[in-house]
Amino acid sequence: MSSCNHCTGLSRSRLLHRAAAEAGRGLPAIEPGMPLPAGTGLTRRSFVAQGLGAFLAVYGASRLGLDAFDAGIAAAATSPPQQVLVSVFLEGGADAMSVLSPQGDPLYAKVRPKLALAGGVPLAEDERLFWHPAAAGLTQLYGERKVSVMPAIGYTHADQSHFTSRHYWEVGATSTEIRTGWLGRYLDAVGTLDNPLQGLSLDDTLAPALATAKVPVASIDGPDRYDFWSSRVWGQVEARMLDAIGSLGKPSGDASYDTVAGVTAQVDRLRSQLLPFQSVDDKPGFTSPVTYPASDDAFPRRLAGLAAMLGAGLPLRVVALTAPGHYDTHSNQAGDLAQGLQLTSDSLLAFQRDLEARGLADRVLVHVWSEFGRRAQENGDAGTDHGAAGVGFLIGSRAKAQMVGEFPGLAKGLDDDGNVTATADFRGVYASLLEQWLGVDAGRVIPGASSFQRTSVVA
Amino acid sequence: MPQVAAYRGAFGAAQAERLLWRAGFGPRKGEAEALARLGLDGAVHALTHPGPERLVGPAPHDEKGNPLAPYDAWGADHLWWLDRMVRTSRPLVERMALVWHDWFATSNDGVDSQRLMLNQNGLFRTRGLGSFHSLLLEVTKDPAMLLWLNGSDNSRFAPNENYAREMMELFTLGAGRGYTETDVREQARALTGFRNDWRNGVGSVNFRYDPKWHDPGQKTIFGHRGPYAWRDSVRLAVAHADHPSFFVRKLWSYFVAGEPDAHTQAALEHLYLSSGTDVRPVVTAILKHPALYSGGRLTKSPVVYTAGLLRRLGRGIDTSAWTWLDAMAGQQLFYPPNVAGWDDTRWLDTATWRGRWWIAQYVLQPYALDPGKAAQPYDAAKLVESALAFWRKPALSPSTHTALQAFAQNALADARDAAWKRKQYAVMAQNALRHLIAVSPDLQTA
Repeated sequence: MSSCNHCTGLSRSRLLHRAAAEAGRGLPAIEPGMPLPAGTGLTRRSFVAQGLGAFLAVYGASRLGLDAFDAGIAAAATSPPQQVLVSVFLEGGADAMSVLSPQGDPLYAKVRPKLALAGGVPLAEDERLFWHPAAAGLTQLYGERKVSVMPAIGYTHADQSHFTSRHYWEVGATSTEIRTGWLGRYLDAVGTLDNPLQGLSLDDTLAPALATAKVPVASIDGPDRYDFWSSRVWGQVEARMLDAIGSLGKPSGDASYDTVAGVTAQVDRLRSQLLPFQSVDDKPGFTSPVTYPASDDAFPRRLAGLAAMLGAGLPLRVVALTAPGHYDTHSNQAGDLAQGLQLTSDSLLAFQRDLEARGLADRVLVHVWSEFGRRAQENGDAGTDHGAAGVGFLIGSRAKAQMVGEFPGLAKGLDDDGNVTATADFRGVYASLLEQWLGVDAGRVIPGASSFQRTSVVA
Repeated sequence: MPQVAAYRGAFGAAQAERLLWRAGFGPRKGEAEALARLGLDGAVHALTHPGPERLVGPAPHDEKGNPLAPYDAWGADHLWWLDRMVRTSRPLVERMALVWHDWFATSNDGVDSQRLMLNQNGLFRTRGLGSFHSLLLEVTKDPAMLLWLNGSDNSRFAPNENYAREMMELFTLGAGRGYTETDVREQARALTGFRNDWRNGVGSVNFRYDPKWHDPGQKTIFGHRGPYAWRDSVRLAVAHADHPSFFVRKLWSYFVAGEPDAHTQAALEHLYLSSGTDVRPVVTAILKHPALYSGGRLTKSPVVYTAGLLRRLGRGIDTSAWTWLDAMAGQQLFYPPNVAGWDDTRWLDTATWRGRWWIAQYVLQPYALDPGKAAQPYDAAKLVESALAFWRKPALSPSTHTALQAFAQNALADARDAAWKRKQYAVMAQNALRHLIAVSPDLQTA
């Protein structure tokens, strides 16, 4: 880290960004008689068959405990299946002009003397653009018409601070004052007070986009990692102890006490919901019908866990993950970008195949985004500096598979700073996702929603 | 003159324990009883006039037995302060330092120097019960704060409003209370002149006030006009008519659930002003107020929770795990989440609750009984009683007591069919009961 004297104004934007992440922390107490979480249409029988059946074979009934069993069944009760949106963040500002290299643009080789890519697969919709070789997984899904490509997504007057720009994307507005995420506000509009899984951050901390003002959301490392144990307590006694957590969550009439009791009850519910997935001897408590990329990075493991959770009928609505890789490629761009992009792309391909194998592919849409793109002209360090419009994707069996915006060309498509100008606004995409995929009036979630052009995102 | 009401009820060990939670980190063995014997006035006086610091108990070290390196090793700053909270003979001094760390929330994320953060911490420790005006002067020129809110970036040539805005919004007046955007700009001008250098390999050095970088011109602040500099900036903020109400309300919120009533608010403001912005008399009045004893509970912050469990057991800092455990529970010292500090109303969610489970696990680990060797009664009621005795008999709600009893009964019932189970399950149930008590809402609030 270099001198902080050089990052004037950084602290406040960073803080606002952190504050957004914190905003989801207030979890209201559960009142007696509140309904159980919205389920996903699985019957008791099918839930047992798909989820707990396999689990019971591994762990045995004593470890599970009766309370957890009943809660798990009840949680997967009777509501119709929900559409699920998965947000995948390429942190650092991914270089759109490498992910989709404009080899057909005569200026490309000139602005990228060292970094220009050559060859590969052109996009059917714009033969100037070529898929990065490391994005073979996405290329394959694109060929199957399961990917909508956003080659120049962003907003006008792009802020070139990582923190400020990602904050804009996270809150769904070019405002530093908003403290809830756009997905969090969606949940505040449609979510329930007792289902933390409705907004799930598969990460160490809550994704700011999920920060809510009202309803609970959850953050877990992975469904196999929400574990609790105690020294020298095992077997039947351990199962009894873990079941007893929920019994500590009874209100007493004192406000602070009842808030803690309410979260205790949520913890108990979440633990029950995730119990079938828990790792034993470092092996996750679920199996995947496909093979995910082997990696030390948590991303493929988390996606595999996510597919398994959806397969078990857990009541998820929006999920956020951070993609592997280093996208802030001020130097050594070629190697760094390819490595992260490859793992991200291969993992997303495996996830799509997993969903297809489980018969869930029609219910899930993946949104890939980054806080900005990079300067068209490469820098002197075999890298690129912060830019404006960036790259994004919508992936899924029901994705419209139709380009959103267009690549504006390097001759006329650069702004005064030499950055690619946006041809589609991220808030228009958010509004379209909210309306066409999540089925909610975007005006309830995105400030000034009516002013952003909608695009067809769902087939 | 309005008087602040004082608690007149019985002052026994229960009241003394609550006082120790609010003004410190909970009781060590025998502390609540000893404090209760002093009566309310004596107890509060002992806390607000503690004498020189004594650190009681084993010196801190990491799991390998090495002493802490709070200036250098990642996380050791957190351990160093947690140790003070656990071992101090002056709990209120440490608690006030925590209050000021939250009030003037500075994060090492932006400062990037544990030494500068600990220097600031020393300020909160030595001046935390003195004059707020003096404290704010010290904070304004504190190197960590100068880095954090760009105070040493703010010059006549390139004004930076960050500190000026937060000084009014977060430190003295409250958002949108009694100042305008013009006041922000003018305050920023008055605050110009602080500088520091950057030295590669060392960091930020040579903090100083350089008049050449100060804007000497006339400024208009809150309607007053003058060639103000940084001391004037602080003086004007503290003298602002909207400051005492902000100060009193914010300070109160750290000690008592709910807001002060209008009479109490007015009386505390009067006390604050008549003492010349002295903190100690206001804290004294709050610690004696009836609402502290008869009002609702407060959720312990993660470090208060951790320090409290260690104090209960007389255990010192003997592992570096507390840093990441408290971070997991949502409170790593020297890394508040934003300029507004931690949100005391939002400590718990499904992830941070799990952090507290693991804190309790790490606290209990050395005390866990071996099911193959230890003996415990095969009797649910006796097991619960003995687990409560382990924690020195904290008061529990009836529903928690019922839950513990039910757990113990279920665990022992599972053991009916074999003699070895009856022996081992009772021991495991004892270990489990201690853990369940530690994470109960009863011990997470006070």
